[in-house]
Amino acid sequence: MNNLFQISGYLAVKEIWRNRGRFLLISLVIALITLLVLFIAALGEGLGNGNREYISKLDAQFIVYQAKSDLLIPASRLGVDRVDAIRDVVGVADAGMLGTSGATMVLADDEKPLKVALLGIQPGHTGEPKVVDGLQLGTGLTDEVLIDRNTALRSGLEIGDTVSLRTTQGTEEEIFNLQVVGVTDGQQYSLQPSIFVSFDTWDNIRPKSEAEKNFANPVANVVLVKLTDPEQADVVRQALTSQVENIDVATLTEAIQALPGYSAQQSTLNTQGAFTLIIGLLVIGGFFQIQILQKVAQIGVLKAIGTANPIVAAATILQIVVVTFIGVAIGGLMAFLFSLSFPPTVPIVFNGTTSAVAVIALLLIGPLGGLVSIRYAVRIEPLKALGLSS
Amino acid sequence: MNHTVNALETNSVIKTYPSDSGTIYAVEDVSLRVAAGEFVALVGPSGSGKTTMLSMLAALLRPSSGQILLDGQDLAKLNDFERVAMRREKIGFTFQANNLVPYLSAVENVEMMLRLNKRLDKTGKLRARELLARLGLAERMHNLPSQMSGGQQQRVAIARALIHNPSLVLADEPTASLDTERAYQVVETFASLIHEQNRAGIMVTHDLRMCEYVDRVLVMQDGKLVREYVSRDEITLLARGGRQATQDIPMGMSLSAPA
Repeated sequence: MNNLFQISGYLAVKEIWRNRGRFLLISLVIALITLLVLFIAALGEGLGNGNREYISKLDAQFIVYQAKSDLLIPASRLGVDRVDAIRDVVGVADAGMLGTSGATMVLADDEKPLKVALLGIQPGHTGEPKVVDGLQLGTGLTDEVLIDRNTALRSGLEIGDTVSLRTTQGTEEEIFNLQVVGVTDGQQYSLQPSIFVSFDTWDNIRPKSEAEKNFANPVANVVLVKLTDPEQADVVRQALTSQVENIDVATLTEAIQALPGYSAQQSTLNTQGAFTLIIGLLVIGGFFQIQILQKVAQIGVLKAIGTANPIVAAATILQIVVVTFIGVAIGGLMAFLFSLSFPPTVPIVFNGTTSAVAVIALLLIGPLGGLVSIRYAVRIEPLKALGLSS
Repeated sequence: MNHTVNALETNSVIKTYPSDSGTIYAVEDVSLRVAAGEFVALVGPSGSGKTTMLSMLAALLRPSSGQILLDGQDLAKLNDFERVAMRREKIGFTFQANNLVPYLSAVENVEMMLRLNKRLDKTGKLRARELLARLGLAERMHNLPSQMSGGQQQRVAIARALIHNPSLVLADEPTASLDTERAYQVVETFASLIHEQNRAGIMVTHDLRMCEYVDRVLVMQDGKLVREYVSRDEITLLARGGRQATQDIPMGMSLSAPA
């Protein structure tokens, strides 16, 4: 066994080294495929993250929607009375209202206005993200705002700065000035950077129609529910739907899947990634198959002088693994270097798990693609390969 | 030259192939013996069965019936794994063309046999270099096959065929791609090494001139051994074009190494 690996390793490395131009070429093709696969994975992660980041980071187990709103947050309307009813359900540790809308952040004269997700939350309740710098929001109708890291990066705002938000009130645009008191980690929502204000402030500045302007009772979109014991989720879910009228309850995962366009977007990108892997499989398989066809006589000689089939097969596998590994390493490095040059507006996120899955898949397609050529190499008859057969 | 120990012995070897018109006898009832230290030429016209015979002697092809005894072991009874081991350990082989592994240098090609036999130590490496130097390739040891002439490649193949001290050395048309002068050089060196190292050597050739350096000539025709040339004078005459190989052949003879 030891001799098998020594000889096959020797043959594989010698051949690669003495034909390094040819093998480097296929490694570069694999590198480009790796780059493409990693970017598709990163784009999927980036776009998905942009859609779900705030929700996926919530310290909550359920999101409560208005019944028959199809789990669409903008379509759901829940009054304050529902929040109180939800909080009364046994097993609910906390519930916080969430109001969502958009706003335009007016920046310095020479900069383009920044569209942000304006999220109204109840300070101190579920739904308020933790700040990584500065202070949490004060309660009540205040002019305080939390900005997420993406907003800070793209606007250049810092703690203590004043934010000017432009929203439509009836038929006119109004400017609201708020003070940045804290910065949270990334909390994108609906592919936009987010800012957080207290629910009352949100209700005051959110875009409104003429009819809504004088509406006294603020209405949230959804209620975020944190449980006393997440293990009892099913029981509490049943209790919620039976005790609170006219609501639908969804887990965070269900809520994310229901985000507009999220599933379609992810499945599109996953399909692209899968097809790129299949192309890689065919390219590597094709290359090694052609290479084996060119080496029939050479493999015939090796077998004729007493080289056993396992050595021939192991040498072929080793070559495929080495070439694939080099290609994936180059591709990974290229992806990393490219990623450094992207502005934060480009939704590309190199998530460790997603990238690792892509890299493992890429490393596997080499040997998989080469299976046919390995089989062919093992079946070469030295007699025929050397032209000795009658 | 006096040879006493038979390294190779075949008894009534037959190789048949089925065809639409019945069974074809590629090799028919061939019995021969080759002693250690003896260099034998196997000659005959195209289609006479000499390459099929060589393939069976090289454990690349199974006979349909009969015995092929190499150092007392019957090649016909070995399984695939044992036949590979036999080729690796007891047989040296040079082919017409595509002899060498193209991405290994001359010395690496020779050392390959020692690697396969787990005998690549310092002594083995030294022997590989000495053998190549002996074959006039001292300056070419680290050249790739593509950087060497056909004659040089054949000499590397000869070194590879001999380096692991095989019992039997086989050469299939070793001079086919060489000019006359280089062909003579290659066969002369081959013959002298076989004699020196006391191996049994068989060379298949259709070029009778190359019989100049062999100890015995076996002639095949239509799958059968039809004639044997033993005397030096006869062999020299044959090699220099004095007579046809198949002239005056007694049929059905069994040929053996002279005692």
